Amino acid sequence: MNAFEPLLAGSPGLPKSNEGDPVFAEPWQAEAFAMTVRLHEKGVFSWSEWAEALSHELYKPGRKADASDYFDCWVAALSRLVTELSITSWDHLDHLTQSWQRAAEATPHGKPILLENDPQR
Amino acid sequence: MTSHSDDGDHHDHDHHDNHFSAVQARVKALETVLTQKGLIDPAAIDAIVDTYETKIGPRNGARVVAKAWSEPDFAGWLRSDATAAIASLGYTGRQGEHMRAVFNTPETHNLVVCTLCSCYPWSVLGLPPVWYKAPPYRSRAVIDPRGVLDEFGVTLPDTKKIRVWDSTAELRYIVIPERPFGTESLDQQALADLVTRDSMIGTGLAKSAGEAR
Repeated sequence: MNAFEPLLAGSPGLPKSNEGDPVFAEPWQAEAFAMTVRLHEKGVFSWSEWAEALSHELYKPGRKADASDYFDCWVAALSRLVTELSITSWDHLDHLTQSWQRAAEATPHGKPILLENDPQR
Repeated sequence: MTSHSDDGDHHDHDHHDNHFSAVQARVKALETVLTQKGLIDPAAIDAIVDTYETKIGPRNGARVVAKAWSEPDFAGWLRSDATAAIASLGYTGRQGEHMRAVFNTPETHNLVVCTLCSCYPWSVLGLPPVWYKAPPYRSRAVIDPRGVLDEFGVTLPDTKKIRVWDSTAELRYIVIPERPFGTESLDQQALADLVTRDSMIGTGLAKSAGEAR
């Protein structure tokens, strides 16, 4: 049993365990999944809106044959949806993405990676 | 960038230990924006992620532990060269990190700290618990490991020593918990089910045979 049945139903191809739970190859995939769950719970978008955004990415040409890019598509769909809903802009999202990359590079081992660590901020 | 000339026996010192792939950074960016807009709360996200703790990453470490319990030769190899022993099972870290296995014994319990940055070997150990990344845990575990373990429900006899291991950029640890009593008849797969994530970082013990199912 899991609490996210509707999300699972609206997300064709989601990698799942034998028990039907989603499985994640890397922690960021679970974070992307969890954010999507929360946004839906808050009523930011409906499952049909989500399913449409996700399908759009999943059926783009150039997908990997082994579907290992499933969560890349997931993140692309989520990014698209939040910009279409005017929650943020692509520019701002790209800017923040680059900032997080610089922050990670600038963070010494043993310290938490924080956005403030970006030297250009 | 390679202008250092006098550190000939150190390799890769220009290598950054922390690195986000484009998609990892995008996820962080989304989290930042959505948090600022009050649409998500990082604690709520962590809570959802934590429910999938056992579904993230291959948790290969449990199989490493089960093999070490069953095969003394493998245990010996793990003790002398954990990186190679673990790699022999096809499990390699993404950054080619060195692993060291520390064995719990009746006399000594091992506890691993540090996972604040991106170098936690989750491909071997699974996802770190949310609290484990918190700075207070790290500092308290060093000062008062017995007290921290007590809070996690792990009460050790006063006579048992506790060793705390702090990962470095080059070296990551896996704790080999003590094999529970009454598990002589179990095969490696059943044994692996007893090995929790927490037992491999030392904040828990392996499950007893009775707890398995």
